[in-house]
Amino acid sequence: MIAEAGLAALWFAAALSLLQMGLGWAAVRPGNDNLLRLVRPLAVAQGLLAGISFLALIWLFLETDLSVKLVVANSHSDKPWLYKFAGAWGNHEGSMLLWVTVLAVAGGAVALLERKLRKDTLIGTLAAQATISLGFYAFLLFASNPFERSPVIPIDGQGLNPLLQDPGLAFHPPTLYFGYVGISVAFSFAVGALVTRDVGRDFAQAMRPWVLGAWIFLTLGITAGSYWAYYELGWGGWWFWDPVENASLMPWLAATALLHSVTVLATRDALRAWTVMLAVVAFSMSMIGTFLVRSGILTSVHAFAVDPQRGSFILMLLCLYIGGALALFALRVSTVREGAPFRVVSREGSLVLNNLLLTIILCLVMLGTLYPLLTEAFGTKISVGPPWFNTVSAPFALLLVIFMGMGPLLKWRKDDGNKLLKRVAVPLLLGAATALLIVIVAPDVHLLPMLGLAVAVPVALMSLMPLVGRNLRRTPLIIWGMVAAHFGIAMSLAGMASESAFSKEVLVSARPGQVSEIGPFTVRFDGAEPVAGQNWTAIAGRMTVRRGEGEEFVMLPEARMFSDPVTATSEAAIETHWDGQLYTVIGEPDGQGAWQLRLWWKPAVTLIWFGGSLVAIGGLLALLGRVMRRRSARKSVTDEAEGVPGREALA
Amino acid sequence: MRPGRIIAAALALAIAAPAAADSLLPPAEWANKQLPDPRQEAQARDLMEEVRCLVCQGQSVADSDADMASDMRSHIRRRIAEGETPAQIRAWLVERYGNWVTYAPPVDGMTWPLFVAPVILLGGGLWLARGRFRRRKKM
Amino acid sequence: MKLLIIASILLVVVLVGGFAALRRLYPDSKAVAWLAESKTRPILFVPLALFLLIGGFAAYKLSNPGDTFIRSRLIGKELPAFTLPEALPNRLPVRRADFGRGEPRMINIFASWCVPCIAEAPQLMELARRGIPIDAVAIRDRPEDIARFLGQWGDPYRNIGADRDASLQLAIGSSGVPETYIVDGGGIIRYQHIGAINPSDMTRLTEEFEKARR
Repeated sequence: MIAEAGLAALWFAAALSLLQMGLGWAAVRPGNDNLLRLVRPLAVAQGLLAGISFLALIWLFLETDLSVKLVVANSHSDKPWLYKFAGAWGNHEGSMLLWVTVLAVAGGAVALLERKLRKDTLIGTLAAQATISLGFYAFLLFASNPFERSPVIPIDGQGLNPLLQDPGLAFHPPTLYFGYVGISVAFSFAVGALVTRDVGRDFAQAMRPWVLGAWIFLTLGITAGSYWAYYELGWGGWWFWDPVENASLMPWLAATALLHSVTVLATRDALRAWTVMLAVVAFSMSMIGTFLVRSGILTSVHAFAVDPQRGSFILMLLCLYIGGALALFALRVSTVREGAPFRVVSREGSLVLNNLLLTIILCLVMLGTLYPLLTEAFGTKISVGPPWFNTVSAPFALLLVIFMGMGPLLKWRKDDGNKLLKRVAVPLLLGAATALLIVIVAPDVHLLPMLGLAVAVPVALMSLMPLVGRNLRRTPLIIWGMVAAHFGIAMSLAGMASESAFSKEVLVSARPGQVSEIGPFTVRFDGAEPVAGQNWTAIAGRMTVRRGEGEEFVMLPEARMFSDPVTATSEAAIETHWDGQLYTVIGEPDGQGAWQLRLWWKPAVTLIWFGGSLVAIGGLLALLGRVMRRRSARKSVTDEAEGVPGREALA
Repeated sequence: MRPGRIIAAALALAIAAPAAADSLLPPAEWANKQLPDPRQEAQARDLMEEVRCLVCQGQSVADSDADMASDMRSHIRRRIAEGETPAQIRAWLVERYGNWVTYAPPVDGMTWPLFVAPVILLGGGLWLARGRFRRRKKM
Repeated sequence: MKLLIIASILLVVVLVGGFAALRRLYPDSKAVAWLAESKTRPILFVPLALFLLIGGFAAYKLSNPGDTFIRSRLIGKELPAFTLPEALPNRLPVRRADFGRGEPRMINIFASWCVPCIAEAPQLMELARRGIPIDAVAIRDRPEDIARFLGQWGDPYRNIGADRDASLQLAIGSSGVPETYIVDGGGIIRYQHIGAINPSDMTRLTEEFEKARR
C-alpha cells in the first residue's frame, strides 16, 4: 500500500508539474500576471506530493518492506535505523527521488515566499522550475522507479555497502543535492527573467538567498568530502584532482562567481547579462557533474555504479535545458540594458576581476577533466593530473585570493588605488617577510606552497580589515559573514600550503618494541592485535606515542576486512594536536614478524577543513543577515539599507 | 562525491577480488621503505606522485595499495638510488606506456592546447572586461 | 565523431540563419520581435555552439566508450635486455638470448594467484599443442605455488622465469596479468594480447604468430 501510495503521489506530482509548466509558459508575457494565482498553489501542491512520495520511500526503508525491489537491494532488517534511513538515498533511484523532492519543495517555497519579484517573472520562474522537475519525474517514472515491487519476497535484504555505513558518508550526497537544487532555482530565476526581460535588482535580490544557500551546501559538501577522502583512503591525501572531485568543484566555482556577481547586480544594478550567464553556467556545471559521475564516460574506478543508459537520459535532459537556456540567452540578452557605470578601481571592479579569475579556473578545471577524453577520441591516451592542475590554476587562484583580501576594502563605483595600497601596505610587507623567512629557513620548500603561505598570511589580515573602525556590536551579520568566509579561505590556503610544505613522512617495517621518530613525536610499535566488529575483522597496530616529554597516548590504526561484501579498508588512526595531525596507518606484515607502518606528521593540516567550515559558516551568517534584513525591510516601508554604498557587503 | 569513490572502490574490489587476488609475496624491497638520502627520497616521492598506477587507473603509484603500484615504487626508488634522474625514469616509462603513465602531460602536438588555454582565457577575459570598463568611461 | 561535430555546427548555423531569415521576412511580426530584438548578434550564439559541441562529444563517448587497456608502446620495437631467475628449480629461466634466433616465440605473463590465468590455461595448452613455443614469466610468485598451478591446470611452457618485482613487466610495457606477447625471429615484439586468451581469441593469436614467422 505504502509503495503504491508513494508511486501515486509521484505520478500526481508529475502531472501537476506538467500543468504548471504548460500554464506557466502559456501565460508568461511581460506585464501579464493573471495566472499567478493558479500557478502558485500548483507549485506548492507539487512540492507537497513529492514530499509525500519521498516520505513513503523512507517509511518502506524503515519498515524494511521486502516486497519492494529497492529495499531488498539496499537494506537489511537488522541494520541500525540510521542506516535504514540513509539507505533510502544510498542508491540511484532513491537519490533521484530525493533530488526531485528537494527540487519540488524548493519550487513550492519560491511560490510561497517570493513577494518582491515582478509577477510575470515569477510565473516564468515557476514554469522553468516545473520544466526541470518534469524531466526528472519522467526519468524516475519511466527509467528508475523506486517503488517497484519484487516478484518474490526474499527472507532478508542484501544489505548496504559497509563503507556507506558511516554517518558522514550517509549524509554527504544529500548535502550536494541541496546545493545543486539551490543552483537550479537560481537558474529558473534567470530563465524567468530572460523571458520577461526583467533582469534587474529585484531579480538579483530574489535569486541571492538561493545562490547563497546552494553555495553553503556545496562548500560543506566539498569540505566534508575532502576530509573523508583524507581519513578513509589511508594515504594522507586530501585532494587528487580526480574527475569525480572536479565534478563537485566546478559547480562550486561557478556558484562562487555567481554569488559575487549577483551582489553587484543587487546592489549596484550592474553586470546584468553576465549574472544571467553565470546562473546558466552554474546549473550546467551541476548537471554535467552529475552526468560525468553517473554515466561512466570518464573511465575512473572512482565513479558511481554507472549505467550508460541513465547517462544518456541525463545527457538528453542536460542538452534540452542548457541548450534551451543558452539559446534563450543568445536571443534575449542583447535586450537587457547595460547597468550602472563604475570604474576599474572600485568594489565592482574587484568583483569583475573575481569573476574573471574564477571563470578562468573553472574553464581550466573543465578542460583538464575532459581533455583526456578528447585525445582518446583521436587515439591517444593521456593523463592530466595534479601537476598540471596545480601549475595552471595556482597562479590564478593566488591572484584571486589576493584580490579577495583587497576587494572589500574598496568603495563602490570608484576608489583611489593609492589609498588602498597604503591600507594594505603592512599586510603585503608581512607576506613578503613570510616568503623571505621560508626561503631562508626551509629552502627545500617548493615554490607553490611557499607562495601559498606568503599569500595566506597577509590575506588573512586583510580579510579582517573591513571590521576595523566599526562598532563590532552593530556590525551587520552580512559583514561578519563576508569576513568569516574570506578569512576561512585564507586559513584553508594556509593549511594546504603548510601541509604540502612541511609534512614529514616515515615508512618503517617495524617489529614489536621498535621506536621511530617522526616530527616532534616518538612512536613505539607495541605489536599487532586482532579486533572484530559487527561485520568486519581487523588487525590493529598498537602504537604508544609521545610528543617530546609530554604524556604518552595510544594510537590504533586498523586494516579491516569486511565480510559482506568482501572489502578491505585501511582505517587510519589520526591524532589531532593544535598545530597539526599525526596520521598513522598499518600496512602488510612481511611474514617475518615485522609490520609496514606509514606515519605522517602534517603540520596545520586541520586548517584546510576548519577554513572550509568557516567559509560555510560565513555563508550561513550572511544568509541569516539577508533574511533578517528582508523581514525588517518588509515591516518598514522604505528599504534604506539596500544600495547604500559601504553598508552593503558581498555575502 | 567522495562516497562515489569509496563505493566504487569497494565495488571494484569486490568484483576484482576473485579475478586479481593478491600475490602472496611480500612487497618489493623499496616499495614501502624510504631511501636513506633525503634528497633522493624527495625526488623519488615527487616522481611517484606523478606516475599513474597501471592497474588502478585513478591513482598515482604513491597512494595505491595495489601490488603493481608497490613494485613501481620500488622500481623508481631503486633507480633513483642508482643515480638516475627522475626525468630519465619518466622518459623510460613513457617509452613503454605512452603519456598515459604520467599525470604531468608533456607539451607536444596533442597536448599544447592544455598549455595555451590559460593564456588565451586570460587574454580573452581581460579583453571582455576591458570593453566593459571603456564603455563605462564614455558614458 | 566528425559527423557529430559537423551536425552540431550545422544545427547552430541553421538556428542562427533561420532566425536571421525570419527577421528579414517578417520584419513587422510581433512574434519574432517577442523572441528577440534586432540587436541580437551572432557572437551571442558562441556559448550555445560550444555547449552543443561538448554535448555532441559526450553523446559520442556514451555510444563509443572505448577500451581501458593501456597498450605497450614497444610493439614493433626490439625486446629489451633482461635477466630473470628460474621460477622452478628443474626448469630453465627465460633468457633474452633465446629470442631473435630466427623463430618467433610467445611470452605469457601469468601468476598462480590470478584467476583469469586459469581460464586461459586450456587455450595456452592448445597453442602449445600446435607447436608454438611459449615462454612464461611468473609475476610475484612462489615456486611451490607455480608448481601446484601447473600441476593442476596444465603446463604449456618451454621455460619459466620468475619476475618477483614486476621488473620485466615494466620493461616490456605490460600493465597486468595475464598478458601474452609475440616476439618474432628478429627479436622484435610484434603483438600484445591483454587479458585472458578466450577461445575466440585463438584465430587472431595464431594469425599474428604466423605473421611474425614471415
